[in-house]
Amino acid sequence: MEWRKLLLLVAILALAQLAQAQSTKYGVGRTPTPEEIRAWDISIGPDGKELPPGHGTAAEGAKLFREKQCVVCHGSTGSGGPAPTLIKSDGTKKSKYPCLVPCVDDALVMSLHAQYATTMWDYINRAMPLNKQGTLKPDEVYSLVAFLLFKNGVIAENQVLDPETLPRVKMPNRDHAALAPEWKHAAPRLQGYP
Amino acid sequence: MKIKSSGRRKFLKNSAAIIGAAAAGIRPAGAENPPPEMDMPDLEALISYGQRSSFVKSHRVSVMERMSPDEFGMTFHVLSPIQDSVGIITPSSLHYISTHRGSYVPNIDPQEHRLMIHGMVDRPLIFSVDEIKRFPFVTRPLFLECLGNRAKASHKTVQETHGLTSCSEWTGVPLSILLNEAGVQSGAAFIVAEGAESVKGATSIPIGKAMDDCLVAYGQNGEALRPQQGFPIRLLVPGFEGMHNVKYLRRIKLVEKDYMTYNDYGHIVPDARVAALTRQIGPKSVITFPSGEQKLPGPGLYEITGLAWSGSAAIRNVEISTDGGQSWKLAELRTPSYSMAHTRFAFPWTWDGKECVIMSRCTDELGTRQPTRAESAKFFGKPDNADFRAPGADNTVFPWRIAADGSVQNGMA
Ligand code: HEC
Repeated sequence: MEWRKLLLLVAILALAQLAQAQSTKYGVGRTPTPEEIRAWDISIGPDGKELPPGHGTAAEGAKLFREKQCVVCHGSTGSGGPAPTLIKSDGTKKSKYPCLVPCVDDALVMSLHAQYATTMWDYINRAMPLNKQGTLKPDEVYSLVAFLLFKNGVIAENQVLDPETLPRVKMPNRDHAALAPEWKHAAPRLQGYP
Repeated sequence: MKIKSSGRRKFLKNSAAIIGAAAAGIRPAGAENPPPEMDMPDLEALISYGQRSSFVKSHRVSVMERMSPDEFGMTFHVLSPIQDSVGIITPSSLHYISTHRGSYVPNIDPQEHRLMIHGMVDRPLIFSVDEIKRFPFVTRPLFLECLGNRAKASHKTVQETHGLTSCSEWTGVPLSILLNEAGVQSGAAFIVAEGAESVKGATSIPIGKAMDDCLVAYGQNGEALRPQQGFPIRLLVPGFEGMHNVKYLRRIKLVEKDYMTYNDYGHIVPDARVAALTRQIGPKSVITFPSGEQKLPGPGLYEITGLAWSGSAAIRNVEISTDGGQSWKLAELRTPSYSMAHTRFAFPWTWDGKECVIMSRCTDELGTRQPTRAESAKFFGKPDNADFRAPGADNTVFPWRIAADGSVQNGMA
């Protein structure tokens, strides 16, 4: 009986191979495994549908902000450090982080300027802490986002962020950002300008 | 085996007859005109991979707002010395460098590098760099320009005012071929392209553009991409703001909407018109000679020359004004005008030795003309004063002031 199963498997594999070769014109490259796609895909869209399970709070985030050394680069109060300002200050503490415009200070901190909280989750997860990217666990990222949003007055201190609540956070800049009109081939970048 | 320097010198002395003859063929050697220095260092290295003359010093500099490398060792924005440029190709070693808010330049082994295409496709695919090179390629010149390429009154040289643009001959596979291999599903409206560097910079690009003329490039100016330009593969999005041209391309995900990545969010603006002007570049031109901190030795004939480019089309014409914008005359295009590439213009001009302001403006094949600051201000209903910041990617006409002593200064100052 076993050999029949094996034969079936071989036949299915051969068919799959054929399907792949037939469906692509050039037959170059291979199909990634679902595990490979999962491991590579770190994009979190505005709907948050790719957010992993987990949850976090501002209180947890406050601890992590010190433990994970965020303070070393971003300043103990989230401003005045060598890296961009993360927590709006009283306006006197500018980041030492030099910039072209727009500078990441106060009104332009990510919590206030981003349209979606998912942008923060995605970025902290992929890029922070600098030089140790990819070491934060989902719960830790939820907590750090909650901490930064709370400190900037966007959410309440006790709000729990998880895959359901995080995409629904009403970001202050949500309705003040415009998308460029639909792109068209061989059209001026903006009709009528100047 | 390396020839020791002293040995090489001896060898060169023994060949004095040949060298003497060669030198004599050019010019008699005299006290004011010493024989050329023949002892170039590292002859073997030079034979295997050439270097420019030790007398040529043209080099890139960091933007003044922030040094590269910065205190984290990251590269931020580095300006190309376009005052020294000739033709339209920027040497790869002098190509401007921009990273969104700074990043490390990775040293990627091309054998290990992969590109994955997934998301709203029928068949996710993964390619090695060698596999990408098996697809039909195209080679074409394209300019790149950073959104930060904005002239300020404090800038002195054209490297500072306009050095965040460069033009290379790129070789790569049309992205549409790779996307068609994967099979774009209906409803896919954007691609999210992502790099392999430490912060995995990503950006959203409309699917229409992705299927139109984007390239997955592996060649630059006849050789492999330079690491600072994305080795081993990068995305080219012709005419779009530099940020979209993702380096170290490792992943393309097809999605149903703009994903507002870190890079995307950094450029969001409240006005859709400004968003359009931010996404796409030009038409824009600038005079590279005579330009800031250069000096005309005296009245007489000069060639005013510079670069023109547009993010929508080829350059149709360039006009020059030598009277501060009161009158304009057509310049000559000295290179073919390629779509979305730099075009070199020139204008033979006799300077009468009087103070004047020179400027250039271009028109692209769609008939769009480069605006003055006043025209941009008027369009947005803003006063045209020193505080006015042309919205989006600034493509306004830029003036150089030539003083009676021949010195050239930023005309905005
Ligand atoms: C070694 C220094 C360093 C450490 C540690 C660090 N960061 Fe950063 N961070 C930076 C730098 C530099 C940038 C800007 C990088 C860029 O844009 O490429 C940045 C950017 C950010 C941003 C985006 C800010 C903006 O508006 O652009 C966020 C959010 C952030 N970091 C959060 C964190 C968190 C949370 C931690 C701790 C888990 C952390 N960082 C640890 C250096 C650091």
